[in-house]
Amino acid sequence: MALPLTAERSLAGPPVSYDSGLERIEIELLLEGIYRQYGFDFRSYAYASIRRRLWKRVQSERLSSISDLQALVLHDGAAMERLLLDLSVSVTAMFRDPPFYRAFRDVVLPHLRTYPFVRIWHAGCSSGEEVYSTAIVLEEAGLLDRTRIYATDINEAVLHRARAGIFPLSRMQEYTENYIRAGGTRSFSEYYTAKYDGALFSPSLTRNTVFSPHNLVTDRSFSEFHVVFCRNVLIYFDRELQNRVHALFYESLVTFGILALGSKESLRFSQYEDCYERLDPKEKLFRKVR
Amino acid sequence: MAYEIVVVGTSWGGLAAIRQLIGGLPPAFAVPIVVVQHRHKNSDHLLTSLLQDHTPLCVCDVEDKAPIVGGNIYVAPADYHLLVEHGQFSLSTEEAVLFSRPSIDVTFTSVADTYGPRAVGVILTGANGDGAQGLRRIFDRGGLAFVQRPDTAESATMPTAAIRAVPKARVLTIPEIAARLASLPVAVASRSATS
Repeated sequence: MALPLTAERSLAGPPVSYDSGLERIEIELLLEGIYRQYGFDFRSYAYASIRRRLWKRVQSERLSSISDLQALVLHDGAAMERLLLDLSVSVTAMFRDPPFYRAFRDVVLPHLRTYPFVRIWHAGCSSGEEVYSTAIVLEEAGLLDRTRIYATDINEAVLHRARAGIFPLSRMQEYTENYIRAGGTRSFSEYYTAKYDGALFSPSLTRNTVFSPHNLVTDRSFSEFHVVFCRNVLIYFDRELQNRVHALFYESLVTFGILALGSKESLRFSQYEDCYERLDPKEKLFRKVR
Repeated sequence: MAYEIVVVGTSWGGLAAIRQLIGGLPPAFAVPIVVVQHRHKNSDHLLTSLLQDHTPLCVCDVEDKAPIVGGNIYVAPADYHLLVEHGQFSLSTEEAVLFSRPSIDVTFTSVADTYGPRAVGVILTGANGDGAQGLRRIFDRGGLAFVQRPDTAESATMPTAAIRAVPKARVLTIPEIAARLASLPVAVASRSATS
């Protein structure tokens, strides 16, 4: 019965008998403790997904309750590091949603050409796949040399990976297909060197990129940008926190600056819906108009 | 027990099966239905429009934090896991589970843990074992478990795995499942709380 066992583990949840009211108390106490001890504020994260990630960590540490996890991470910084990775890593891909990148090429680049100098912020860039993707698009448009890209994430460990620019070789076929569907004009393999099981991307792609830690929950804006990318990051926040982060993006964008969200994210539930206009009927590209 | 949500999982052969299931529901069906169908990550709105032709109920793509409203059929987006919180959806791009994103197990588990005995799980045709553990969880939390009769499924693997995990599930043909859903007691709140 090997398969059901694997499936059982994959469920990442408490025992069926676990009281859900008590569970919520434990989770809120844990997040409060992490905030007060380490300064990381996960208190306004979307409950369904943070709950799932916490239980995965409970199982990986071979514990049996959220309270056990609380005792462990409050006393053991290394355990907190492991939990932080669970809570902040988002699984992404180069040119994720190829039609989005095609729209970025067709709709956004013409706007960017009108500026002598372009500043782009990748907020919550994780391991950097989308940073390299946009750098490739800008390079092919001849815009990379007059662009500065700020790629930020809460987690130093993933930023380290992003700086290294090494992605699994096993995914290059998928990424190549994405690149072509996104309207790429060269041979994708020009951009990387295969080494063992990794693909090392050309360091010249990030010649104008600064990777830096930034916490969307607690840190302020740090510049004015022409484009803010924040794709599939806000889905991990509750509505109230989404609103706060939208305020941060609104303040950080120049007038007519562009906000790029994930394909299933919207401004519909935020207070800033009326401040933007849709740039594309399908893709989540918005322009700040007021 | 009044029911507040129906969640349906399927993979191979799922389009025809879902069409048949929703085609058998009355136009006034008041419980929200959430459909998790394995499909290619780059497929987008096609499934929604293919289903809309077969029901007067509103078939919607799910966006993050969208409210869950009775009388709607929600389709889990490709390349995300679909979770629920009370009354709203929440999406995630965590890694695939059993090679699937959306994973039926992940959504069913989230529904089971959020709605407990007010949840209904339905497993239809499919070529792998995803959904079996999630259906088990719905059943263990006191919800209702339906499985398509394997001999009537285009691919019997998924229903068979679900029956193995939940031996007490109600094993029926799709028209019979639709008829049972149509006669479920409905929580009054499922409509008024969300409209």
